[in-house]
Amino acid sequence: MSIKEKEEEIVDEFAIYSDWMEKYEYIIELGKDLPLIDEKYKVEEKLIKGCQSQVWLHAEKEGDVMKFTADSDAIITKGIIALLIRVLNNESPADVAKADLAFLQEIGLQEHLSPTRANGLVSMVKKMKMEAIQNA
Amino acid sequence: MEKLAVQKGFNVEEVRKDFPILHTKVYDRNLIYLDNGATAQKPQVVIDAIDTFYAKENANIHRGVHFLSQHSTGLYEEARNTIQRYINAENSYQVLFTKGTTDSINLVAFSFGELVKEGDEIIISAMEHHSNIVPWQMLCERKGAVLKVIPMSTKGELDLDAYQNMLNEKTKLVSVTHISNALGTVNPVKEMIAQAHAVGAKFLVDGAQSMQHTTVDVQDLDCDFFAFSGHKVFGPTGVGVLYGKEDVLNAMPPYQGGGDMIKTVTFEKTTYNELPHKFEAGTPNIVGGIALGTAFEYLSTFDFEAVEAYEKELLDYATAELKKIPEIEFYGEAENKVSVISFLVKGQHPYDVGSLLDKLGIAVRTGHHCAQPVMDFYSIPGTIRASFAFYNTKEEVDILITGLKRVITMLS
Ligand SMILES: Cc1ncc(COP(=O)(O)O)c(C=O)c1O
Repeated sequence: MSIKEKEEEIVDEFAIYSDWMEKYEYIIELGKDLPLIDEKYKVEEKLIKGCQSQVWLHAEKEGDVMKFTADSDAIITKGIIALLIRVLNNESPADVAKADLAFLQEIGLQEHLSPTRANGLVSMVKKMKMEAIQNA
Repeated sequence: MEKLAVQKGFNVEEVRKDFPILHTKVYDRNLIYLDNGATAQKPQVVIDAIDTFYAKENANIHRGVHFLSQHSTGLYEEARNTIQRYINAENSYQVLFTKGTTDSINLVAFSFGELVKEGDEIIISAMEHHSNIVPWQMLCERKGAVLKVIPMSTKGELDLDAYQNMLNEKTKLVSVTHISNALGTVNPVKEMIAQAHAVGAKFLVDGAQSMQHTTVDVQDLDCDFFAFSGHKVFGPTGVGVLYGKEDVLNAMPPYQGGGDMIKTVTFEKTTYNELPHKFEAGTPNIVGGIALGTAFEYLSTFDFEAVEAYEKELLDYATAELKKIPEIEFYGEAENKVSVISFLVKGQHPYDVGSLLDKLGIAVRTGHHCAQPVMDFYSIPGTIRASFAFYNTKEEVDILITGLKRVITMLS
């Protein structure tokens, strides 16, 4: 599935929620289900410090595609990470680097990617793309 | 504007009518605005003052002979007079317009700072906002002065014995917050000022959080400086005040150079203007100053004893209701505090709680509140802060409590 197709799938999933709290219940579930990052990667070099919440990101290239694992101390941040990973995992470095992640806007979660939120997500997306470019 | 009549007692429903934003919706829900510590909402009279100025009165001040310039100069200086009366300053020229608390403190740190010598000591406290920490660190770096910090207890009260022991003839300045934005603590600044004066030190009161909750009389406090922001006292952003004692301000060199702050300029020598202009270089935030005057005219219609009693009732009610939720942990339980409650939900990240409350229309602040040392003191990354102004209600407290319970269920 391409990045665009995965994004569309997520947009469809979110379409059934009419209410913000339902939407967030789903994000919280996603956050709880996010496969944990290997403990050995939960170290200072992998840490992206936001003012509000923080994120650990590990990226590597496996064959032709990028593999990401990540974690956060805040569950909503984690839920959004789960969405980002679902979209960008197993994609070529070139595709990761140019992904615009417009789906976040469509499902109304783009506010979490605003620099003023200072939750580490903006820097995380930047880092995912940097890693992809370095591995291209 | 017309003279507003002084109200008797306090009627929250009447007051709420003055604030249009309180009747708006976010995410289709009634806005519950509990982030007054960050900034306060504006009454219609302040909004009107801004509108009217730009629609009918706009001109630069202190420099034109034409009608509008004289008129706007008059409005601006009248605003200064209103603020002078409100804080009981000796003279209106001791009320300097600045950009806000941060700007006021920086003005003192740079200008009064010129009188600070190597080895001199500056005292701040453990509960300061970054605005009342960093300018002093920069000053100490420039001058080789020493920064000392008054410790606090876990309840969030300053250790006044430690403070007394810190004071000595090397102490140049003490700069302490009147009311803590992170904890709500009201510090006994009047006593602390007298103690500082006993060793010949000057005292700056960071009053950013003060006048939303209480009245201030700078002569009664006997402070040398008092700094505050317009936007936290129901006025506009981008304008604030530094009050200073006349002899202290006169002894200080100017802070910024430019128009308005000079008497004569030649390439050989420039002579500086008198107070307040000496410290007000360049075209100021004219509309901001005028509308801040309006905010204080509005505030002077209140019976503040009744306001304080009402806010205390709100604080006690909210604290008691929050205590019924077993997961809530409080930060800052000083005996003397204003209607600011910092708390955490056990096991939950403040970002999650804040993001979910937001979707219920409830605006609280999460994070370190620009007071990282306070968070480090408690070894926490931040708190959730509900800060109430006089226009908040018990019904809003109930909505917060219901919202919190729902959020806690969702997260656990
Ligand atoms: C105690 C205290 N000091 C200083 C400031 C800084 O005020 P401003 O950002 O308006 O300059 C604040 C604002 O949050 C504050 O609460």
